[in-house]
Amino acid sequence: MYFDAATATPLHPAAREALLGALDDGWADPGKLYTQARRARLLLDAARDTFAQVLGVRPDEVTFAGSGSTAAHAAVLGGLAGRRRAGAALVRSAIEHSAVLHAGERHVRAGGTETAVPVDRLGRVDLDAWAQAVSAPGVALAALISASHEVGTVQPVAAAAAACREAGVPLYVDAAQSLGRLSVPDGWSLLTGSARKWGGPPGVGLLVVRKGTRWVSPYPADDRESGRFPGAPDLPAIIAAAASLHAVHETAAQEGERQSELVDRVRTTVAATVPDVEIVGDPVDRLPHVVTFSCLYVDGEALLTALDRRGFAVSSGSACTSSTLQPSHVLAAMGVLTHGNIRLSLHRDSTAEQVDRFLAELPGIVAALRAEVGM
Amino acid sequence: MSADTPVEVLNCLGQRCPLPVIALAKRLPAVPVGAVVRVLADDPAAAVDIPAWCRMRAQEYVGAIAVDGSPAFDVRRLA
Repeated sequence: MYFDAATATPLHPAAREALLGALDDGWADPGKLYTQARRARLLLDAARDTFAQVLGVRPDEVTFAGSGSTAAHAAVLGGLAGRRRAGAALVRSAIEHSAVLHAGERHVRAGGTETAVPVDRLGRVDLDAWAQAVSAPGVALAALISASHEVGTVQPVAAAAAACREAGVPLYVDAAQSLGRLSVPDGWSLLTGSARKWGGPPGVGLLVVRKGTRWVSPYPADDRESGRFPGAPDLPAIIAAAASLHAVHETAAQEGERQSELVDRVRTTVAATVPDVEIVGDPVDRLPHVVTFSCLYVDGEALLTALDRRGFAVSSGSACTSSTLQPSHVLAAMGVLTHGNIRLSLHRDSTAEQVDRFLAELPGIVAALRAEVGM
Repeated sequence: MSADTPVEVLNCLGQRCPLPVIALAKRLPAVPVGAVVRVLADDPAAAVDIPAWCRMRAQEYVGAIAVDGSPAFDVRRLA
């Protein structure tokens, strides 16, 4: 039972079908001047049109990158580089994806500055602090995740964008968890996504640069993707990503409602059946597919292992499950318990029966782990 | 002795999460209501998890200090 769609979603059937077809038709370099290349170019253009249509942007604003993380790096570093004359300050929420954090670290190492805007206990960015931070002198770029990838809380993007507009600062939105599920409010200048979050293959990132945005590629010169992202694009994967985005977009409302009801069931049942548990994130204004909770006195890694043994694949923000042994910066910024942490994220193949089985087994697993440490 | 002077110090240095919180949860009920227990813990999660535990269990998180260069967290038993 796979409950880690917020990391990677199983390949959508539409993506699989498109991928198999594209392996035969989409291998040539779309930049060349012969028949095979022209066919590849047509396929790439069609995929770009699909993205543009779903996102409500112009096709020439859509760039394909090697992954969601590289797209985020390009958005942050390119957005800062394009506004070098305005200043060297990056403003971001405290709960951005690690790709944004790492791009920010590089910016600071290179002499720039960075302000992390705090969030409340539910994981929502503090809008007053945000408005103050973006209106400070020398701000080149502001970055806000559309909805928390760890706890699901939807961020006030429209209000944050209004504050940016007032301050004359471009806004970058990391929409990795929202694309194909929730619409993202307007007002941003840069947006990124990751195809494996919506049932596309891994290795396809999306970078949207709105017309008029000052953005300079942080990479050595390359004429692919209008000079925005280097290297030959993985055309079959891009075609599959487009097919999948189109398919999930069509059914997003009803699938979102179905998954959101399952998430409500998890939130209610876990709170009722597992003692000393903290369900984190906004219970209402949240992603439809993500639910996160922390169990007191439980080792996160032991919990993941015990769940895996019973056939449940979930994710954790606990320190013991990370390679750096640091607790999740998102949970820490919210001030909520970081140990014994579990994130379930659902997808189109997640059924009520699977969720019920998880809910039936969880209390016993947690109790057994607590008993091992005398709690 | 001030009201904030710890009556007991739990040395959890070198212990990984959630062991410092477990040690605190086991020990706090043994001290009088109003007394402070100090937890020495260098696991990075302790700085978040000890205040969170206090909130969940309705105990008072007094604050963090450094003791001989190690992070320490004071908690007062309220009930």
